Amino acid sequence: MSGVVDTLRLTAEEALALVERGDVSPAELHAAYLDAIGERDAELHAYLRTVEYDGATSIPIALKDVISTKGLETTAGSRILEGYVPVFDATVTSRCRQAGLSVLGKTNTDEFAMGSSTENSAYGPSRNPWDPARVPGGSGGGTAAAVSAGLAPWGLGSDTGGSVKQPSALCGNVGLRPTYGTVSRYGIVAFASSLDQVGPVAKTVRDVALLYRIVSGRDPADSTTVELSEPVELPTSERLDGLRVGVPRQAVALEAIEPGVRAAFHSSLALLGELGAELDECDLPLSFDYGMPCYYLIAPAEASSNLARYDGVRYGRRSDGATYRETVERTRDDGFGDEPKRRIMLGTYALSAGYYDAYYGQAQKVRTLLVREHAAAFERFDVLATPTSPTVAFPLGDKAADPLAMYACDLLTIPSCLAGLPGLSVPCGFSEGLPVGLQLVGPQFGENALFRAGHAVERALELDLVPERLR
Amino acid sequence: MSISREQVLHVAKLARLELRDDEVERLTGELGAILDAVSKVSELDLADVPPTSHPLELVNSLAEDVPHESLPVDDALRNAPSTEGNLFRVPPTS
Repeated sequence: MSGVVDTLRLTAEEALALVERGDVSPAELHAAYLDAIGERDAELHAYLRTVEYDGATSIPIALKDVISTKGLETTAGSRILEGYVPVFDATVTSRCRQAGLSVLGKTNTDEFAMGSSTENSAYGPSRNPWDPARVPGGSGGGTAAAVSAGLAPWGLGSDTGGSVKQPSALCGNVGLRPTYGTVSRYGIVAFASSLDQVGPVAKTVRDVALLYRIVSGRDPADSTTVELSEPVELPTSERLDGLRVGVPRQAVALEAIEPGVRAAFHSSLALLGELGAELDECDLPLSFDYGMPCYYLIAPAEASSNLARYDGVRYGRRSDGATYRETVERTRDDGFGDEPKRRIMLGTYALSAGYYDAYYGQAQKVRTLLVREHAAAFERFDVLATPTSPTVAFPLGDKAADPLAMYACDLLTIPSCLAGLPGLSVPCGFSEGLPVGLQLVGPQFGENALFRAGHAVERALELDLVPERLR
Repeated sequence: MSISREQVLHVAKLARLELRDDEVERLTGELGAILDAVSKVSELDLADVPPTSHPLELVNSLAEDVPHESLPVDDALRNAPSTEGNLFRVPPTS
């Protein structure tokens, strides 16, 4: 069947055109992707499970395994949810199905989306299609690896502090973390509720915009959602005349940014200028020094509360004890891996009597300052540009033993997440033969400007984003 | 900033985690290092700054007060490790 379609380079828009013209049936297309998965996923482990074609009328999609799928096991990469089969679809799953998309399968993730490499998945790590000795990023490394290796035309991930943007950068995809509140979280396994957002991953900016159009908008089942203030526009322009791009001085100064990443970033700034954008430096004095400490108090605190529901009573695994309390404590010790335990402990501590004001309360105030300094920057600029990740994809095992080194992967993605702002990662070049991502951050509901800028960069660069070893 | 073994055990109790001895030891070191890093937030004087709990300025979002279908009991119990009739079954509380 893979003779019918070569999925490796196929964009979602191209796939949609094939189906619309009747050149390929939805069933044939689904089967072609399953064949590609059969060929390449033993090495990459992008998928935790795949599904057969179910009669859908359009193209396939990959869903991160934190997204509930009715009748299809959903584990969030955790042993504690092994065998859990949702009895309802997440709203984003329903919206994909209503658009005719067929669910290809569930993609690998760091346990409860906590991590930057997928090495925290209880089911084993995914690998980067550019170099299987390296990580695909995380937590949504499975979706990113799948899109990059032609194992899905597009997919959905979730982003709390960078879990869509960072793996997109490390695998050479386009990934969007939308404005907080624009995509429903109903049916998403919760990590940190004031930060979690669902976002699309694809091979092109237009594909990302198209998928964002499908899944966004108010959902009565998630009271934190709002209607978009303007409809999603698919970008067409290859010029950026008049677009005001701010470059945060404090981000560029970070020593953690690898020289190769820095070089690719600076060339993309030059390119933005050639395309007509007006560039200037700007200040985000606190975001990059205080963003990470702020995030690693707020996210674990909220996680410790969200993960309290895993008690072995209503769903998920149970480890038996003599009493109710012993059962709950044993279930949680056996079911959670190291990273969720670390974050539950950290969050519980930060929220506990006597420490609340100094940690969680203080972090919430720092968050206010980050919101304010971003708002001030957007009085002068339409878009802020930084690298997405300070490094290219790193070798498996490199940071696995050092939680703080792993946390630093999200240094550049975290501040805008805390401020609730949309961010788009677009491939902007290579370093050591591995993709580098450009992060474009906009004001709330500023997705269309991000799509416009990302599309122009993509068209001007015309990078070949099929991993060299698969060409 | 360090955290003692006793504090780790206390927090584990609050979090309902039955940690093994080796986990208590490892977490004592790791949490100390992480707390060191995140304690940076206390450098700032924020007495006059209000906290942000949510990045959107939303007012209450109310649903229409009309009955609608809810999850059938069978479905609600489907993933439970142990049930009895229409109930979740758990071991005795003491």
